[in-house]
Amino acid sequence: MGYRRVAVVGAGITKFTRFAKETNGELSYEAARMALDSCEMNLSQIDCVSIGTAPDAFDGFHLNGETLAEGSGGFNKPVMRNYVGGGTGVMSAIHGWQHVASGMFDTCLVIAEEKMSSAFPHPAGAFLTIFDHTTEQPVMPTLLWIFAIEMQRFMHAHGYTKEDIAKVAVKNKRNALDHPCAQLGAEITVDDVLNSEIMAHPVNRLDVSPTSDGAVALVFAAEHVARRVTEKPVWMDGVGWALDTAYWCTRDLYYPDYVEVAAKKAYEMAGIKEPAKEIHIAEPYDPFTYKELHHLEGLQLAPRGGSVQMLLDGVTQRDGNLPVCPSGGLLGVGNPIAAAGLMKVAEIFWQLRGEAGKRQVPGNPTCGLAQAWGDLMQVGTVVVMRT
Amino acid sequence: MDKKVAVVGVGATAFRASTPDVSYRELTYEAATKAYLDAGVEPKEIGAFVATSEDFVEGYSISDEYSPDQLGAVLKPIHTVPGDFIQGLGNAMMLVTSGFADIVVVQGLSKASNMLTKSDLLTFATDPFNWRPLLESPHAIAGMEMARFMHETGTTREQCARVVVKNRLNALSNPRAALGAALELDDVLHSAPVAYPLSELDIAQHADGAVVCVLANEDKARSLCKQPIWIRGIGWSTETNALDNRSWGEAAYMRRAADTAYRMAGILSPAAEVDFAEISDEYSYKELSHLEALSLCPRGSAGKLTETGWSQPTGEFPVNVSGGCLGSGHMFELDGGQKVLECLLQLRGQAGSNQLADVHTGLAAAWRGVPTTTGAVVVLSDQPR
Repeated sequence: MGYRRVAVVGAGITKFTRFAKETNGELSYEAARMALDSCEMNLSQIDCVSIGTAPDAFDGFHLNGETLAEGSGGFNKPVMRNYVGGGTGVMSAIHGWQHVASGMFDTCLVIAEEKMSSAFPHPAGAFLTIFDHTTEQPVMPTLLWIFAIEMQRFMHAHGYTKEDIAKVAVKNKRNALDHPCAQLGAEITVDDVLNSEIMAHPVNRLDVSPTSDGAVALVFAAEHVARRVTEKPVWMDGVGWALDTAYWCTRDLYYPDYVEVAAKKAYEMAGIKEPAKEIHIAEPYDPFTYKELHHLEGLQLAPRGGSVQMLLDGVTQRDGNLPVCPSGGLLGVGNPIAAAGLMKVAEIFWQLRGEAGKRQVPGNPTCGLAQAWGDLMQVGTVVVMRT
Repeated sequence: MDKKVAVVGVGATAFRASTPDVSYRELTYEAATKAYLDAGVEPKEIGAFVATSEDFVEGYSISDEYSPDQLGAVLKPIHTVPGDFIQGLGNAMMLVTSGFADIVVVQGLSKASNMLTKSDLLTFATDPFNWRPLLESPHAIAGMEMARFMHETGTTREQCARVVVKNRLNALSNPRAALGAALELDDVLHSAPVAYPLSELDIAQHADGAVVCVLANEDKARSLCKQPIWIRGIGWSTETNALDNRSWGEAAYMRRAADTAYRMAGILSPAAEVDFAEISDEYSYKELSHLEALSLCPRGSAGKLTETGWSQPTGEFPVNVSGGCLGSGHMFELDGGQKVLECLLQLRGQAGSNQLADVHTGLAAAWRGVPTTTGAVVVLSDQPR
């Protein structure tokens, strides 16, 4: 089945930070402005706007998509918000693809924004009402707890150790030192991770991404527009998304089926038969250290139980065979939920165009992948992009 | 964009003021089961799903989590559109016309009875510095808009009240609508004041319910369904959430959404080419301002036409024969779903005692409610474009 070709032609990003002085609308505006400027387009050439933002509670607004519409360039335009919890960032790119691939629009400005510092003292409070009212809320779970359960199960199933997994934080925070928008770039050691405060065993503080404010924007265009606007369009060749059951207690958490289903759909669309060989660069979602490895296995980029070996062999370093999170990922650049996911798509865009500056991976990559994850450990969103 | 998309199945619950017997997930389950049976499809045949819901309205943050199970969408492509049902319908249509899926489901839900502080919730959607401190009730925004609309168009308070009398009466003969009533004009005019010039009966009460629609591309629609209802045009638009710089005297968002939908449908003269409409009437005056923004009557004439019986079920252009939001309840993101449902039933000839004679093209239009300026419009027809 032939799809209408859709390209990313411009990208913009704000600095990821804690307690941004800008309002959520202003953050969106900055990212949108930069994205439009980067491809020398203006709002009159934008047919529609897609907004991605995770729980309304973070920004401190009900109907947050409406609040963000004006800053996102949506004034008097078709504006639609998409939402799959933490997976919203990459879903926003997929949503932009849907708008243009449908034939209903030729251009779409996609904005992902999150301002988590509005939820004070900590956005974890906004998660209290995400759990089932009968079976889960009475035990007052937190996201850290349930991810600790998943990490423990993942380590147990494959015999991974804390020391192995800590190396993800070392790699990503070091990569982030080269990202001008990064919040937590740092040179750290495995011991720093292991000796950092225990949040919920086996998760230590340096295993977790920070709470952040920030926004990212991308401009999507149909082929005939993209060819006029830029000499270096980056094509959205494959998209896939899937949700697993909300009843996460009924699943074996050691393997992310939802990521596999989403990835296989994206690979099928992009005509990719051997992902580990055909994909040159990957930005899997890494809000926690173990998630990068967990997702690499779900994405079929590492064998089940083989992701740690890739990490130890240096395959996933920026100069390795499969650079993973060369941006610095959520652990290093920061985690304004939806914006962090779209940051990964923007990173692939810049890497494939050779515009990633000090972060540029060697070898002129032509095929990249970005993925995000969210809700109650149940969403996989995947895009495959090529030059 | 020349691909055709049809609605091949629809299922709904009744719309009720409260539903203590079922959870919001069970509401969706009931509507989904009926829709799949109506379309003759099983969940495994469905290529993608779009859920429409906004956080907090059901009492949950990240409401998307609980979307897949009761739709049969586990490990399938499904995402949430926090917007009106008709926007969700637009997204589902994109998934069909892009070729991503042959059959796509769109779901809408209201469990407004879960939320005990609706007024605070809506105030929470406005600017935290300039407006929240001033808004004792979000209805104040509608009151200001109503006053400006009446001033600019010469619409009278009585004309607005006639909308309430008409829609509540229409709801009496709609078995899905819970708020049917035979009111006198004076009942509305003398009900308790809320925010000048709005009084209590001008405002739709809340209700619970769910609607699920099954969409298909042309091939599937013709093989699955004897009576597909075609989406001839669809559009949505947002003006601004800021109260400082919006159009107060007209529903500009609805005019832009309608322009898109009419262009797609190839409709040049809406009043002549559309047979009936189901239009957002969360507030009495909104039916009138939306009618004008939709170009279904000239600006400033909707009130006078309502007085003449033009929009009655027996009139020249029936509006909200189902009872609309005033008669069926305001259901947040499901408002568009209720309107699409009633249009589909009319076009299929299944609207029961509310059935209109000889209708072929219907229009559903929804607004996301205060304080938003987002509207969505869909033109449905028993014939494709």
